[in-house]
Amino acid sequence: MIVPTMAEMMAQGKQPEVLFWVGAAGSFDDRAKKITRAFVKILHQANVDFAVLGTEESSTGDAAKRAGNEFLFQMQAVTNIEVLNAYEIKTIVTCDPHSFNTLKNEYPSLGGKYEVFHHTQYIKKLISDGRLSVNDSVLKDKRVTFHDPCYLGRANDEYESPREIIQRLGVNLTEMKRSKSTALCCGAGGAQMFKEPEKGDKDINVLRTEDALETNPQIIATGCPYCNTMMTDGVKFKEKEEEVQVLDIAELIAAANQL
Amino acid sequence: MQYLPNIVFAITLVASIGFFVKNIRKLIRNIKLGKDIDRSDNKAARWKNMAKIALGQYKMVRRPVSGILHVLVYVGFIIINIEVLEIIIDGLLGTHRVFQPILGDAFYGFLIGTFEILAVLVFVSVIVFWIRRNVIKLKRFLSKEMKGWPKNDGNFILYFEMVLMSLFIIMNATDISFQEINIGNPISQFIAPWFSGLSPETLHLIEQSAWWLHIIGILTFLNYLYYSKHLHILLAFPNTFYAKLQPKGQLDNLEAVTKEVQLMMDPSADPYAAPAEGEDEAPEKFGASDVTDLNWVQLLNAYTCTECGRCTSSCPANLTGKELSPRAIMMKTRDRLEEVGENIDANGGEFKDDGKQLLNDYITPEELWACTSCNACVQECPVNIDPLSIIIDMRRYLVMEQSAAPQELNMMMTNIENNGAPWQYNQMDRLNWKDEE
Repeated sequence: MIVPTMAEMMAQGKQPEVLFWVGAAGSFDDRAKKITRAFVKILHQANVDFAVLGTEESSTGDAAKRAGNEFLFQMQAVTNIEVLNAYEIKTIVTCDPHSFNTLKNEYPSLGGKYEVFHHTQYIKKLISDGRLSVNDSVLKDKRVTFHDPCYLGRANDEYESPREIIQRLGVNLTEMKRSKSTALCCGAGGAQMFKEPEKGDKDINVLRTEDALETNPQIIATGCPYCNTMMTDGVKFKEKEEEVQVLDIAELIAAANQL
Repeated sequence: MQYLPNIVFAITLVASIGFFVKNIRKLIRNIKLGKDIDRSDNKAARWKNMAKIALGQYKMVRRPVSGILHVLVYVGFIIINIEVLEIIIDGLLGTHRVFQPILGDAFYGFLIGTFEILAVLVFVSVIVFWIRRNVIKLKRFLSKEMKGWPKNDGNFILYFEMVLMSLFIIMNATDISFQEINIGNPISQFIAPWFSGLSPETLHLIEQSAWWLHIIGILTFLNYLYYSKHLHILLAFPNTFYAKLQPKGQLDNLEAVTKEVQLMMDPSADPYAAPAEGEDEAPEKFGASDVTDLNWVQLLNAYTCTECGRCTSSCPANLTGKELSPRAIMMKTRDRLEEVGENIDANGGEFKDDGKQLLNDYITPEELWACTSCNACVQECPVNIDPLSIIIDMRRYLVMEQSAAPQELNMMMTNIENNGAPWQYNQMDRLNWKDEE
């Protein structure tokens, strides 16, 4: 897979139109890496001139900040901003709503001002700019429900981009009873991903998976690597992994376009 | 002696308003115990929020049943209070229905008739509210934090409103001359027959008693506010005005930390340098362990909370049986703030250490660590209270001042520090994914 880094770009005296911020999950987590690759395939198909930071990328500090470690967050932020500014980055796209939120909202006052897109917003833009078309026959009539990631939805009021893309796939989209601004969290945010939950009577991802299963889906679509992990675990817990797939919107496009 | 009622009325009025103002000053003093935060930007957006959310009840109708009933009570209560103006003038001057000759029977009748219909709508809505709390027993009104005073408080307010509305109708129904002109009594004309057969003197006595009890009830209710969850009828306005305007996902970047980080990253800084003149104050405390570490908007939030529980009923942690309830976070913050306020009053204006704080004595780390920062509570609050900001500030204290994060989170943070990812992977493997298919 051809994935240019910023260092290589700079050596050739080139500036890409967009930086793809891969994020820690997208770089290291086996499940999330598939989302990363699917999105790169889309970028290639749309002939987007992009690059990644590769080994120069580091955690945005989102999880540290939400765990209360403002020091670590700001150290990460300042380090990342130094790299991004040195490469004169103007536009960033990421598949991780947490990175999206942090880069877009929390970096500016520390000196990092960029135009930041979540990949669903970027894909929507590629489609509306006529650079990408979506095949609506491959996934035709599949039953799909969409789980809103909190850091895309409530945190940044972006509910429509993912839905507009899903509508183009020719699938049957059924909303859960809790959706958009009333969507239930998958249970991973606020650094919960990295710890055991407090004692209670149920795990949040199981409750959310039950919401999703009520719509009788073949595919639970989402737009966040952490939501993906939580929902996948929930589907396994409910022993539905034979019938129900959890897929990122980038993976749906890649599948539809047979990339 | 003919002026005795006027004098009694004037004294009651002045005493009630005086006591209310005294308590409001205390409330403002308590809110100002919070740290400063600048919310003076973007006034246009702030006025708009206040108009839309507080005045326009925009977020109430997210839940249609309680939302629409609440709008009825709210509109009814505000409009019927125009009648209070007449009552006050009548009380002070010894007049009877002073607006009637000024406005003319037709218009006056139209106004009072409207009030009567609204009074019935308020009465019915309040009955439904009472049924929701006490008969249907909606889950969000029965949570752990809603035992004892919070539960009674909610019911007392409903009783108050039932009684006030009834007195208003009885007052009109037993007013012989008002019933005789027979306009403006769409409701009370049906109540008047209940009192038929009573002598004019008895009717007058009932009318006067209802009048007095009505106004005394209103003044009592005014003074009850400070002690109850019902302050939202006043504080919803400043609270929506001063609420955060940034995207909900954006947390503030602590400035004190920014300074420290800049110093650490600055290669020319001398770590052993003596602090410059004027910088010898004690190092700033990071995060919040008590109410005085929170900012004044967070404290205003606590007083504004009316304990409706929409936050808690949408909180993923609470829905799955965890200890966390965003409503309880707000209630505990207010309880502690009032405790601190009383301490200051008792000690001549100076806070005397009582060995307690918001953290542990009121809010436990278990509650704080259960939060997913999903913003559902912030989204649901009809008056834009932000429980998440308090949770984050208290986590900051736990982590930065006490190093008291759960062990797994410490490992996560160590990983970020060492290899730039929350897991233990080598930074140099960050691009391996591109060759893994």
